[in-house]
Amino acid sequence: MEIEKFQYDNKTVKWFAYATIIWGLVGMLGGLIIALQLVFPVLNFDTAYTTYGRVRPIHTNAVIFAFVGNGIFMGVYYSLQRLVKARMFSDLLSKIHFWGWQLIIVLAAASLALGKTTGKEYAELEWPIDILITLVWVVFGWNMFGTILRRRERHLYVAIWFYIATFVTVAMLHIVNSIEIPVTLFKSYSYYAGVQDALVQWWYGHNAVAFFLTTPYLGLMYYFIPKAANRPVYSYRLSIIHFWALIFLYIWAGPHHLLYTAVPDWAQSLGVVFSVMLIAPSWGGMINGLLTLRGAWDKVRDDVVLKFLVVAVTAYGMATFEGPMLSLKSVNAVAHFTDWIVAHVHVGALGWNGFLTFGILYYLIPKMFQTNLYSKKLANMHFWIGTLGILVYAIPMYWAGFMQSSMWKDFTEEGQLQWQFLDTVTRMMPFYAARALGGTLYLVGVIIMTYNLFKTVAIGKFLPNEDAEAMPLSENYTPHSKDHWHRWIERKPIQLLVVSLVVVAIGGIIEFVPTFLVKSNIPTIASVKPYTPLELEGRDIYIREGCYTCHSQMIRPFRSEVARYGEYSKAGEFVYDHPFQWGSKRTGPDLVRVGGKYPDSWHYNHFIEPTSMSPGSIMPTYTWLLDDDLDVSSLKAKIKAMQTLGVPYPDGFAEMAEASLRKQSQEIQANLKKDGIETSSEKEVIAMIAYLQRLGKDIKTVSVNNTK
Amino acid sequence: MKFINYLQSISGIGIFPMISLFMFFTFFALVTIYVFKADKKYIEHAKNVPFEN
Ligand code: HEC
Repeated sequence: MEIEKFQYDNKTVKWFAYATIIWGLVGMLGGLIIALQLVFPVLNFDTAYTTYGRVRPIHTNAVIFAFVGNGIFMGVYYSLQRLVKARMFSDLLSKIHFWGWQLIIVLAAASLALGKTTGKEYAELEWPIDILITLVWVVFGWNMFGTILRRRERHLYVAIWFYIATFVTVAMLHIVNSIEIPVTLFKSYSYYAGVQDALVQWWYGHNAVAFFLTTPYLGLMYYFIPKAANRPVYSYRLSIIHFWALIFLYIWAGPHHLLYTAVPDWAQSLGVVFSVMLIAPSWGGMINGLLTLRGAWDKVRDDVVLKFLVVAVTAYGMATFEGPMLSLKSVNAVAHFTDWIVAHVHVGALGWNGFLTFGILYYLIPKMFQTNLYSKKLANMHFWIGTLGILVYAIPMYWAGFMQSSMWKDFTEEGQLQWQFLDTVTRMMPFYAARALGGTLYLVGVIIMTYNLFKTVAIGKFLPNEDAEAMPLSENYTPHSKDHWHRWIERKPIQLLVVSLVVVAIGGIIEFVPTFLVKSNIPTIASVKPYTPLELEGRDIYIREGCYTCHSQMIRPFRSEVARYGEYSKAGEFVYDHPFQWGSKRTGPDLVRVGGKYPDSWHYNHFIEPTSMSPGSIMPTYTWLLDDDLDVSSLKAKIKAMQTLGVPYPDGFAEMAEASLRKQSQEIQANLKKDGIETSSEKEVIAMIAYLQRLGKDIKTVSVNNTK
Repeated sequence: MKFINYLQSISGIGIFPMISLFMFFTFFALVTIYVFKADKKYIEHAKNVPFEN
């Protein structure tokens, strides 16, 4: 057989590298802005587009899907070609993939700034963009499988398994979680409601961390650490166990985001057990990465690429130790809803994803530009300032988390709550300031890197197509004498895909079958009624403004929470919530029982200037709610969509909805007038007040009769 | 009032977590057995795939 000559495509890798850097800068800048907004609320600029509740989803989506997303594609396109000894399947598909993904990012940023959101964390994008993501993802998979099928190396290296598992699982998660009913071009309602929606969402959310931020990067780790250290991975056997155990276990762990909530106990326990078991494969992977460098630590001292990779893997180890701990109920009771979780994710994001990406960039750019890095000194500086940035970020946030949690739970000797919620907010200010400083340091590091790589590009000469040669695969492969069932999988990419899908789907199915049974099993609470049209419109504004980024709507069954907020939340209360709005972080207080707590005028004034009602508040101002007219043009469609989803509005209600809305608006207008506030009844704020005043009302009336 | 388990009403719900644990352990055992029995030559080869160019 003759040796074949071919070329690796470096051009697409270069594009993805540039996109990684640019979106990294944008996403991190977004993070810095929201960090500063919590310290200086004026930085919300009293403008809808720049307000915290809208910028925060831009930040999270940008760093996850734009920065890390492009980082994945950069690393996969580079390593895959070399691992299978073939050029990417199609230059055209590479191009469509690249530009398609960038288009998604731009549309995402614009639509989130405009308040077009589904209100489900990390899955905020509206349905047309969801469809576009699906299409581009298929292009990626097609290109990847095309390449694998044309390979000249029979055995699929373990990194590729991770890429394949990433591809199938992300596809499954994205599709299942994005099932929604479109109302207009940029508005949809989640198909699921309440508890079900929460379970699906966190099954997705947790596995987005697993299969977008973890598995592809583990694949990259298994390629780039050996390459950079120039020695094979410590134990290939361990990597096989690592792979299967990780993908099998991860998928079950989602409910650990919902401990002590209205989610059924068995699902919570399942989440805990599997989360704790996850330590084993995660640490197996970390140890495998680090031990690859055994006896080569002198190299780590001089080589900045290895330094970044080592810290990345260490951060992975820390985050994956902490994760299972956080899923223990007792620890979770303390950490959930606090800044502890923010610290936890940033150890992962800044340490693991960030540093691994930087290490790969420092490795790839000089290689593809056939030169040396412009300045080792600057790269070292980036390393130290970045590491310092992570510490200055994480330590204050851990501290803040503990403090918040204990202040929330403190009682005086007389059995009264010791602190107003507001006290716990103002106490956070020094910590939030330190966090912003840590973020600034980290960003400065990235700017230094950008300059350094820019200079490297300027002195180098880009090699768009890299020559390579290899023997083609022989037609009739005779396996080694002791062939084995697992090798049957490893050699065959399609089998690997199918088996991976089965493995991850098992977890999903076992979690979901009971969840779907649940629908008919949640005791409906007779007094829980669908939202009125005005409240529904108000709820949509609540979602649009991203109030859920600061407020939870879930009272856990703790004495401290019941004393502060009222009766704990029941599953049956959320049956009409498409989507659920339980939230994940209490920068502000829980709102699920806020209805009736204050007069309408309090809310009105609070939206104009939160500090006028709550001195020291860091909630943004929302004056545009007072100025803008409520758009009721899609009200009819909304009611009909809700009916389709099973919300029991009477037949023909859609036609009467607007009249009902007008009537309720006028009542609120009259209420405000009594307190000396003159406003038109058609403003958005009226709907918002209606919604807030409704929260928790249904159950308040019954619990009076029910208390034993 | 106690935090009630909404699913107690579905008969045999406890079987779901049991099935899943059982499946995981079987699966894990199979992979582990395979890994220890795997052909050394193959492992060496696979390990060095990144260095063949
Ligand atoms: C940056 C975080 C943040 C965002 C975003 C935010 N809030 Fe707040 N909110 C707070 C904080 C902090 C408090 C507590 C201090 C206060 O009363 O202003 C609060 C208090 C409240 C209260 C009073 C609750 C009580 O029990 O006293 C209401 C009502 C409220 N927010 C509604 C909203 C609505 C509606 C939105 C979206 C339009 C929103 N918030 C967005 C941080 C936020």
